[in-house]
Amino acid sequence: MIEKFWNKLTGSQLCKSIFRHGYEDTTRNRALQVRSNVFLHLHPVSVPEHAFKIRFTWCMGGITFFLFLVEAFTGVFLMFYYHPIPEFAYHDMKYLEFDIPFGIILRNIHRWAAHLMVFTIILHMLRVFLTGSYKPPREFNWVVGVVLIVLTFLLSFTGYLLPWDQLSYWAITVATNMMGAAPFIGHEGPFSVVNKYNDIRFVVLGSTEIGTNALLRFYVMHIIVLPAAAIIFMAVHFWRIRKDGGISGPL
Amino acid sequence: MTEHSLNSNVTRRGFLRIIGWGSFFVTLGILIGGTMRFLFPRVLFERPSTFKAGFPHEFDRKDRADENGVFEVYEKWKDEHSACLVREKNRIYAVHVKCTHLGCTPNWFADDRIFKCPCHGSQFHSNGVNFAGPAPRPLDRFGISIADDGMIVVDKSRVYTSKDFDKRGAYLNV
Ligand code: FES
Repeated sequence: MIEKFWNKLTGSQLCKSIFRHGYEDTTRNRALQVRSNVFLHLHPVSVPEHAFKIRFTWCMGGITFFLFLVEAFTGVFLMFYYHPIPEFAYHDMKYLEFDIPFGIILRNIHRWAAHLMVFTIILHMLRVFLTGSYKPPREFNWVVGVVLIVLTFLLSFTGYLLPWDQLSYWAITVATNMMGAAPFIGHEGPFSVVNKYNDIRFVVLGSTEIGTNALLRFYVMHIIVLPAAAIIFMAVHFWRIRKDGGISGPL
Repeated sequence: MTEHSLNSNVTRRGFLRIIGWGSFFVTLGILIGGTMRFLFPRVLFERPSTFKAGFPHEFDRKDRADENGVFEVYEKWKDEHSACLVREKNRIYAVHVKCTHLGCTPNWFADDRIFKCPCHGSQFHSNGVNFAGPAPRPLDRFGISIADDGMIVVDKSRVYTSKDFDKRGAYLNV
């Protein structure tokens, strides 16, 4: 019975999309594992001519990736001066803006690139949808893309609290109270099975109120957990582009 | 693993496979469970849930009540404890100044005698009853009582929603 279940699981489209090959020890399979691995495919071997038809792709995926790099780069610099502590956070932001040489431009690049990234990733998704590029064999990559757009939103969301001003404080108040109203896992939601000390809002805030723990949690998510997840999914995203026949072009 | 039940004919290889994968998944489960538990601290450094709000005679009635029967709204503890004490003719209660929509802190406008929420514009009368905006119910109230030393104690861990406003402990007779 376990065998049957296992076969059904590994034979499903979902599983096959994620784990392309089994660990069967045959020459053919070993060759496949090497030939189709992520690292060999981050860069295309050759660029098809239609990839330059900017009116088809809008280059929105590429621009989004570029903006991600900008965010990672400027973000590291911002970390030199930012303390994720309520007493410091707001003043650090002001310090960066008014005292640190080039601080204001760094912060603004980080901020505007973040806004732009949300914008371009939506346009990218729109383009993929309109050109039908989500259809097989690219259906798995669409799923990866959906994960990436969610990660982008989460990155924006966690970054929003960090300036620790009125706007961010109340925005996070509202958003986390909405989490508290989620079904099952929120303490105020329908069918709730938790209380305010162990619901989803509590995990996100590390507390029942927005304070030191919440700021630190958002910071850690913002600087390492979510970017790391985004990098992994981006790698898979690019690999799938190569494996699904290169960048999609006009038929 | 073979398709037969465990004790009939498990091969050595099959047995080792079960042990191997079994311990792998058990370890994985413990790891995931432990990580989840890690995210819920045992001790929280939050403000204490009760505070003393002075003696009842400090809330003596002012000249006139407004149309909701409220004589005075005391804002003194709002910033620190998000509570406003409200004096009616014969009673005092502690309003939890947290919007019942999504939890922002409404401001008290003494001239208009209303609470207004800055986030999405909910409005409440001086007694905390909502009359405009998305807020679904009146502002909640905290438990209130008299301590041994005669001071008013507000207990923020006891929260009364509008259906319980007439329960004992939700207000103080004076
Ligand atoms: S939180 Fe007060 S109106 Fe939405």
